[in-house]
Amino acid sequence: MLSVQNLNITFTLYDRGLAQKQLTVITQLDLDVKAGEVVAVVGASGSGKSLLAHAILGILPDNAQVSGKMLFKGEPLTLNRCQDLRGKAIALIPQSIGYLDPLMQVGQQVQRTAQLSGLSRPAAKAAVDRTFARYRLAAIVQRLYPFQLSGGMARRVLVSTAVVSQAELVIADEPTPGLHPDVVTETLNHLRELASEGKGVILITHDIEAALQIADRVAVFYAGTTVEIAHAQDFSSNKIRHPYTQALWRSLPQNEFIPISGSQPTPDDLPDGCLFSDRCPWVTQECRLDRPPFLQVRGAPVRCIHADR
Amino acid sequence: MATSFLPRRPAVRFNRRQITLLSIALCTLFLVAIVFSNRFVGDTGLDPALTQRNQPPSLAHLFGTDWLGRDMLTRSLHGMSLSVRVGLLAAGFSAIIGTGLGLMAGTLGGKVDAVITWIIDVFFSLPHLVLLIMISFAIGGGTKGVIIAVALTHWTSLARIIRAETLQVNSSDYVQLSYKFGRSPFWIARHHMLPHVIPQLLVGLILLFPHAILHEAALSFIGIGLSPHTPAIGIILAESMRNLSTGYWWVGVLPGLLLLLAVQAFDTLGENVRALIDPKTSQG
Amino acid sequence: MQLGIAAFMLRKLLRLALLLIAVAIFSFVLISLSPIDPIDAYVGADMLQISPEQRDIIAQRWGLDQPMMTRFILWLRQLASGNLGTSIIFNQPVSTVIGSRFQTSLQMLAIAWLISGALGLAMGVVAGARAGSWLDRAIRFYAYTLAASPTFWVALLLLLVFSVSLKITPICCATPPGVLTRDVTVWQRLHHLILPAATLSLIGVANIALHTRQKLIEVLNSDYVLFARAQGESLVGIIRHHGLRNIILPALTLQFASLSELFGGSVLAEQVFSYPGLGKATVEAALRSDVPLLVGIVFFSALFVYTGNLIADLTYQIVDPRIRIGKSS
Repeated sequence: MLSVQNLNITFTLYDRGLAQKQLTVITQLDLDVKAGEVVAVVGASGSGKSLLAHAILGILPDNAQVSGKMLFKGEPLTLNRCQDLRGKAIALIPQSIGYLDPLMQVGQQVQRTAQLSGLSRPAAKAAVDRTFARYRLAAIVQRLYPFQLSGGMARRVLVSTAVVSQAELVIADEPTPGLHPDVVTETLNHLRELASEGKGVILITHDIEAALQIADRVAVFYAGTTVEIAHAQDFSSNKIRHPYTQALWRSLPQNEFIPISGSQPTPDDLPDGCLFSDRCPWVTQECRLDRPPFLQVRGAPVRCIHADR
Repeated sequence: MATSFLPRRPAVRFNRRQITLLSIALCTLFLVAIVFSNRFVGDTGLDPALTQRNQPPSLAHLFGTDWLGRDMLTRSLHGMSLSVRVGLLAAGFSAIIGTGLGLMAGTLGGKVDAVITWIIDVFFSLPHLVLLIMISFAIGGGTKGVIIAVALTHWTSLARIIRAETLQVNSSDYVQLSYKFGRSPFWIARHHMLPHVIPQLLVGLILLFPHAILHEAALSFIGIGLSPHTPAIGIILAESMRNLSTGYWWVGVLPGLLLLLAVQAFDTLGENVRALIDPKTSQG
Repeated sequence: MQLGIAAFMLRKLLRLALLLIAVAIFSFVLISLSPIDPIDAYVGADMLQISPEQRDIIAQRWGLDQPMMTRFILWLRQLASGNLGTSIIFNQPVSTVIGSRFQTSLQMLAIAWLISGALGLAMGVVAGARAGSWLDRAIRFYAYTLAASPTFWVALLLLLVFSVSLKITPICCATPPGVLTRDVTVWQRLHHLILPAATLSLIGVANIALHTRQKLIEVLNSDYVLFARAQGESLVGIIRHHGLRNIILPALTLQFASLSELFGGSVLAEQVFSYPGLGKATVEAALRSDVPLLVGIVFFSALFVYTGNLIADLTYQIVDPRIRIGKSS
């Protein structure tokens, strides 16, 4: 359904004293999502994953420059097309309640979302009633304000916004931070349900365990680029290819719990050549020369010249 | 092979820094010229020249002449220079009071803060001009009255800003550490707070001047400001009121315009300095 | 919620009392510093026409021969009972003078307040919504220029253009000369207050427009507006459904805060147009050392501004659901 190739996003910023500088936050990002599947985009916090969502929706700020190719259902995603599709065919599930208008009742807001996706007012109202009932939100919740919602209720309301819009592609931006494990599971199940209904779901998260619970494929995100797009079962069957992915897997508490030394490079301090070269255990001279292209290794794309080890 | 989805940013943005610096330079030049104009323009224009009464603006007299034949441009520049100097003095005092009280409120906190905040609130509960008139009246008017009145009323906004900054710095870790090491509040105010608030102080100071100048002009216009014998802009405008129906509009309109330009110059200068020093407000 | 409002009002009234006492101390100290003795000024006009016995009574009531603290308390007591003294200039009780002069000013102030509020909001919204465009720049240019203009100069300009050159508005006063008060029509009143009101409106619009614009830009950069855009909401839709809602409260606060500047501006505007309102009375009181009147006006203006801010606060309490519901939950 969605195909992103070689996406680059650069920002022009003003520093102290009004000097200008360019910041490349996303480099050579590749991703594809089919209908009915959940693709997780996993990466460390602050690595620019939300920007991917904004790029697909066409709501990046004015000082952003985008290049690369994005295709939705085979047709290119120009800015105009983004404008037509967002809220209707492509929907976002935002991170937190902060993304809702604090002075408007949540029922009204979700209803507005439904109307924006093309429904008439009575149809929208019915959709809200239906969706709230589906997620076991009492009718009274519609008249509450965002600040009155508890964590779990809030998540369900946010998911509702995507569901009432009848979108085909749903992007869930960090749906699980700081939540009780039960709420996390519930939220993830809702997303899995959406995929089973035939929608494409992009799950953006830093929590790889959560991702593996429901994802079909996992795109690993590092320093602004995708380093691997593995199948979910590759992780448990030890078939993961990129050194970063392997280190990430090993660093989980239930595995060897070995952390990766060093930290992710910042956008204004990217290394030449492979972005992982300064922390990689397999690094060679060749790695530092050029960014590795995507290669197919054991049935999945990887951005590493030593991936076939 | 790459297709761009967003248009490249227009080149206008690249000159923003240069525009800001240019603005600052121009404004400063203009204001310095005004302050020292009375030396360059000389005094001859101030003498009555009854053969040249009531002349509209021309090349010889850019601002025309008044009913005594005095060159209005010379009078205006003298008046403006005087007003700016009085304004600078008054605003300077105000800034000292404001910074002092703001630092105290932020550093010492507790009761001191409550009292100072309450005093600021009281000041904000009265219309500015009424307060000025009251204080100026009490002191007996004149230049002294204006300077003291303006100094005693303009410190409040600056104090609030400095207090907010100081409170923020006060709660930071390194300051807390200083307290634990036994440094006195005054030492902390001097060594930690003051450097931190200097950008806000500078901008606040620059933006204080235009208010001070406008209020001094207002007081002079009403008649409880500078002496009627000085060519302060407020005085000139008050004089022009007497000759309204004669249609000699340049006596009032042009000096006022000069005042407006000077105030604008200060405002622009302040905003540009703020853009330069405080990157948070300069984005987007 | 009722209890919450009651407690709120009580606190506010307490603050008002404290404010008025502070203003009283402040005024008393200032007048004592001035060349005029406050009590002399309060009884001055009467002193010349009364008998020695009455003089003694007055001296006792105002404590003329007592130390400053006692005199202050006695003066305060007089004030609290509503006796603001007699105006030297008008030879009437100060409260009467303030009442009638304020009525005259009120018509002009009300119109200026409403126009600057409505226009300011409209301009601010347009400028904020189209930030960076030519329209925005034009509005900002107008606003910054007017914010830097001396009020009396703008008044002078309007007077010169409309009254002296074009002769379509009167050159002074609130009513046509020689016409009895009861014969003055509404239209004549409007005709006379249009220029002073226009002056104050022009300047008031500037500040409100700038602040409203700033607030709208903040709202447009917020997370919830970003999400609205992600749902396909157009700019007009965003302003209608989210923009106005979120700026109306700050706008109201701003509107009520502008009362203070408006009052100050009226002092200057009324001077230029010889409009016999409270502003002009303030100037006369200061120039002719009419202490009771001046002090009375200071108190009145404090009350006026405080009430304005109080209404703004109250509106917040009632309208903002986070405060209204948050308190009772």
